[in-house]
Amino acid sequence: MDNMTLIAVASIVTAGLTIALGSVGPALGEGRAVATALSSLAQQPDAATTITRTLFVGLAMIESIAIYCFVVSMILIFANPFWNHVIAQTAGK
Amino acid sequence: MRLSPDGMIFWQHGFVKLNATIVFTWGLMFVLAIGSKLITRKLSVDLKRSRWQNLLEIVVATIEKQIKDVGLSHPEKYLGFLGTLFLFIALSNFCTIFPGYEPPTSSLSTTTALALSVFLAVPLFGIGEQGLGGYLKSYAEPTLLMLPFNIISELSRTLALAVRLFGNMMSGVMIIGILLTITPFIFPIVMTVLGLLTGMVQAYIFFILAAVYIAAATRVRKAKPEPPPQT
Repeated sequence: MDNMTLIAVASIVTAGLTIALGSVGPALGEGRAVATALSSLAQQPDAATTITRTLFVGLAMIESIAIYCFVVSMILIFANPFWNHVIAQTAGK
Repeated sequence: MRLSPDGMIFWQHGFVKLNATIVFTWGLMFVLAIGSKLITRKLSVDLKRSRWQNLLEIVVATIEKQIKDVGLSHPEKYLGFLGTLFLFIALSNFCTIFPGYEPPTSSLSTTTALALSVFLAVPLFGIGEQGLGGYLKSYAEPTLLMLPFNIISELSRTLALAVRLFGNMMSGVMIIGILLTITPFIFPIVMTVLGLLTGMVQAYIFFILAAVYIAAATRVRKAKPEPPPQT
């Protein structure tokens, strides 16, 4: 396999694996967070606004991990520096 | 496929580029500034007031209450900075309703600039509240051993602010773009609604996180408890 094919295969496989594995952790974490929030809402409905606000802030922090994986995957597909370099080389030849 | 509105260049002269991010940012600035100027031209303090003034009062009072809930005791000092953050990001994410508009927050340059402004504002507010020595001492807060970790956490949460907002907005724009080429009828509209929801949530998250960081920096350190009086 020459350089170009190798870079393409590595980028595509890594992009898929990144987003696939990277969304497992945050999804599990968010599920636990919402479950705990629901049970504490059932125990203390008066604190509903505080619990809801803290829940959303916590969900956003957990979500950012999945967003990081998504950004890496997008970079690998659409703004890949190694691919651009190799394309520039073959275009220059 | 374009990754951000930085790619749409309207005009170029040397290395100065007028791209879509700048144009949309200036458009949002004009809407916010001129809209507020027009509404606040004739403010009335009695019960009869225009509905636009009511709207602005609701917005400002809600933001002030949120700032106070986070733990900042004098919200009017921070209302300008935090309120502007929230209103700019919220309006920028809300205007995705209009066709042909791309939110400037879907470009890493805008979100990095906003995160850098928070990174600079937190020490400024902290020093204003506690003095230079008091604020610098807070970096060695539990023990001096935590000094590098505190600095690293400052840098990493700035990076996280920027990438979180960028990732959320960019993914929304890209999903809609991809769906428009696959199923261009109903599904992109559903995804646009989801993008609106996440946009509003992300604006609120950015604002609340900035408020929490400022509250952590301006927290008055508890004075050492006095020894009990000798009887």
